[in-house]
Amino acid sequence: MATIQQQQQRRDRIRLALLLTPGLLWLLLFFALPLVIIFLYSFMTNDALGRVVYEPTLNNYITIFTQSLYVNAYWRSIWTSVLTTVICLLIGYPLAVFIARSPQQWRMPLLMLILIPFWTNFLVRIYAWQIILANNGIINSFLEIIGIGRLTLLNTEGATLIGLIYGELPFMVLPLYAAIDRFDFTLMEAAADLGANKVQAFLRIMLPMTMPGIVAGSVLVFIPTLGQFVVSELLGGAKVDYLGNLIQRLFLRANPINWPLGSAMAVLMMLVLLVLIMMYFRVTSEEER
Amino acid sequence: MSDSIAIELCDVVKRFGDVVAVDHVNLQIRDGEFFSLLGPSGCGKTSTLRMIAGFELPTAGSILIHGREMGITPPHLRPVNTVFQSYALFPHMTVAQNVAFGLEMRKTPKAEIARQVKEALELVRLSGLEDRRPRQLSGGQQQRVALARALVNHPEVLLLDEPLGALDQKLRKEMQLELKSLQARVGITFVFVTHDQEEALTMSDRIAVMNKGKLLQVGTPTEIYERPNCRFVADFIGETNFIDGVVIGRDGNYTVLETPEGLRLRGLAARPLSDGTAVTYSIRPEKVRLLAPNGELPPNGLAGTVMTVNYIGSDTRITVRINDQRTIDIWEQNTRSTLDRDEYWQPGEAAVIVCPPDNALVLSE
Amino acid sequence: MIKTAPATTASARIRGAFSEGRLTWSGLALTVFSILVYLFLYVPIVILVIFSFTRDEFGVRWTGFTFDWYIRLFNNPRMMGAAWNTLVVATVSTIVSTIIGTLLAMAMERYRFRGRNAIEGLIYLPIVVPEIVMAVALLAFSAIIFDVIRMVTGEVLRRNLATVTIGHIAFSISFVVVVVRTSLKNFDRRLEEAAADLGADSWNIFWRITFPLILPGIIGGALLAFTLSLDDFIISLFLSGPGTSLLPVEVYNRVRRAITPEINAISTLMLILSMALVALSQVLQRRR
Repeated sequence: MATIQQQQQRRDRIRLALLLTPGLLWLLLFFALPLVIIFLYSFMTNDALGRVVYEPTLNNYITIFTQSLYVNAYWRSIWTSVLTTVICLLIGYPLAVFIARSPQQWRMPLLMLILIPFWTNFLVRIYAWQIILANNGIINSFLEIIGIGRLTLLNTEGATLIGLIYGELPFMVLPLYAAIDRFDFTLMEAAADLGANKVQAFLRIMLPMTMPGIVAGSVLVFIPTLGQFVVSELLGGAKVDYLGNLIQRLFLRANPINWPLGSAMAVLMMLVLLVLIMMYFRVTSEEER
Repeated sequence: MSDSIAIELCDVVKRFGDVVAVDHVNLQIRDGEFFSLLGPSGCGKTSTLRMIAGFELPTAGSILIHGREMGITPPHLRPVNTVFQSYALFPHMTVAQNVAFGLEMRKTPKAEIARQVKEALELVRLSGLEDRRPRQLSGGQQQRVALARALVNHPEVLLLDEPLGALDQKLRKEMQLELKSLQARVGITFVFVTHDQEEALTMSDRIAVMNKGKLLQVGTPTEIYERPNCRFVADFIGETNFIDGVVIGRDGNYTVLETPEGLRLRGLAARPLSDGTAVTYSIRPEKVRLLAPNGELPPNGLAGTVMTVNYIGSDTRITVRINDQRTIDIWEQNTRSTLDRDEYWQPGEAAVIVCPPDNALVLSE
Repeated sequence: MIKTAPATTASARIRGAFSEGRLTWSGLALTVFSILVYLFLYVPIVILVIFSFTRDEFGVRWTGFTFDWYIRLFNNPRMMGAAWNTLVVATVSTIVSTIIGTLLAMAMERYRFRGRNAIEGLIYLPIVVPEIVMAVALLAFSAIIFDVIRMVTGEVLRRNLATVTIGHIAFSISFVVVVVRTSLKNFDRRLEEAAADLGADSWNIFWRITFPLILPGIIGGALLAFTLSLDDFIISLFLSGPGTSLLPVEVYNRVRRAITPEINAISTLMLILSMALVALSQVLQRRR
């Protein structure tokens, strides 16, 4: 019997290897290895022509931590991402409740309506806001007609925020909807029956039970927002630098380019992300308890 | 029913990690019989069935189907078919496609497939539903498709894994009778796994009772009910009164035991037991007789007091207290109307119960 | 009668928004709020489409209807080339990532093995790593590979459609795995046993039972991979080379300079393509 099982085990192992190898190779070679490379790059030196010199140094990190350009970019990106996430949550939660409480046959269409913009190109969606907010665009034309006069809407940090919220909202609504749809609303009646008012029932029952959706949605919104550079460039007018703008410039446009410094910024961004997400998980899991 | 053996299990063991699911089972299932594997969940009956089907391989021992050693023969090469608990109908195929699947795998010619599918669906009375999808059928209909899908292959043995479990009570009773008559018509050996003792008693030619991976008793429904060979079987099949005691001797055909409080009872033992053996006295409630006291105790009689009297239509169920620790349940068939309450037992009345020794068993272990 | 009908359905819809079917102030507020959010989501897109037909050359105000921008677009070889590139990259990326992702999903869902958790992490990491990090990492990696090739063979390579495609596949695999795994999880493995029981060997079991039943999941994964590739901008920007531009990158380069209705026109076409894909996926899902 042992040999039969060994035979079967060997056949299984060969099958498993065939299934795993292509995917693993691809991810290791074209995802993991490149990440290792920029990690190593972040400790290298750059020469005046923008070439990487393989000379170990901590200068890149020192630059980031000491020059206000970089420090400010980190704070700005983190702050904007937090703000975007919170606003998306505040808009997305009621919306998800609305969809989940709709009659059965309406839910899927309502959800699809959230999804369709997500399926259109991000750049196109941001561009749409450029048209709306432009100095001679729709809003300003309207403001002119009613006599308020033109305002500077485009190329402001507010415009950046609107673009980010607009772009990321679907990522918040989807997991929230999944969590709220599973939530049994008779529990709210049970809480009311036991003497809780609406706010108490929400805070003690619904919020903790839908926390997984809140966490998932927040993470999904926060990650791309932290690294964005298109929105701040097209709607914010590239007046202030966010993390993504600096990294993009250091890798593609700066004169000279500086890949080691850009790599160090990318590595630090991952680190910030890791720390913030871990903190978030800790706080929200306490909430759940 | 011929005497040839359809399935033979020789010392079969199945281990899942540290858990012994099937523990040295030896079993012979005869050709053409309706054979049930009965036991509580986790007793190893489903594992046994899955080993016969080939979904699991025995850790040790061998399985023979019509004398052929199955060894590591994969399921698709075994001459058996299974009706699954959840039916496992292919949701993307129509009823006809489901039934045809096995024949297609055997490369049966198209015309032949069409003919046999039609026949099989007629057999289970599903003609006209060929083009439905499984999810458009009721539970009972799905059940019939599963049966047709298995039977159309003319398996040497049909394995049924709790196939009636998902049906409601009424449909279940109907399907029990239908399955039984179907089996008689097609003449294929059925191996039926169930945890429902009543179902097993109704349908089976023979029953094997399993518990904790061990095969406890194999026999006809009557044998299993009337002569259980151990406390577990007596307890699992039907209701019974148990009284613990030790053997103190023999009296003709009967073995005599004494309870801790000194009561002496006689009953049948499956084998001779030496004095001092710890045993359980077992008597079915409908076998106990209840008499009015008339001064002296009859043989194998116990004096007691009626505690509760519950009328349930066909029977009246009476509990009699014998002493501080013990009560005995008695079911009396309502051969007469009990509307006239004065003529019937009342709680608090003194009574004498008699355990006819030919219907009482002395079980060891 | 006919005139009142829409009003009835609208009020029925609003009433239906509350489980008990009665109108409450909080329920009404929720409904109004949600309608506003939907407007917020759709108004920009509608404006974008409308302004692809304006005569105004800055594309921000309505000065009359014209098809000119579409005609100009179709006569713009740069834009058409970029569109073609985008479709080629998306198609190749979809095919490769769907195959690789499906295999990986099968391995993860069907087998227990050592290192499984580590591989699980590796698979999901691309979803949580910011795209820009992945983009610069792949850029650095490709530069090193090109350097090595130049030193070994003397051939000078530049970033091209292949580098972009490799990048798209790398992030698409994870999403395909997620989608296909869900359908594998929902797949009842007893159906495979039933097929084996009925005489099917492992080849027939896979192609007759498993594959048809997880096909909606695979198609779902493929459509997601396709939209992700069409939609992708960041990796495309970093990994495409000169002369091999992709549509989003081309749009970006144009938008940075000036707004013109030509961009609206190409955006509208991209929008229609995305909508068609969504509709297709819905139809396929429903046919299951």
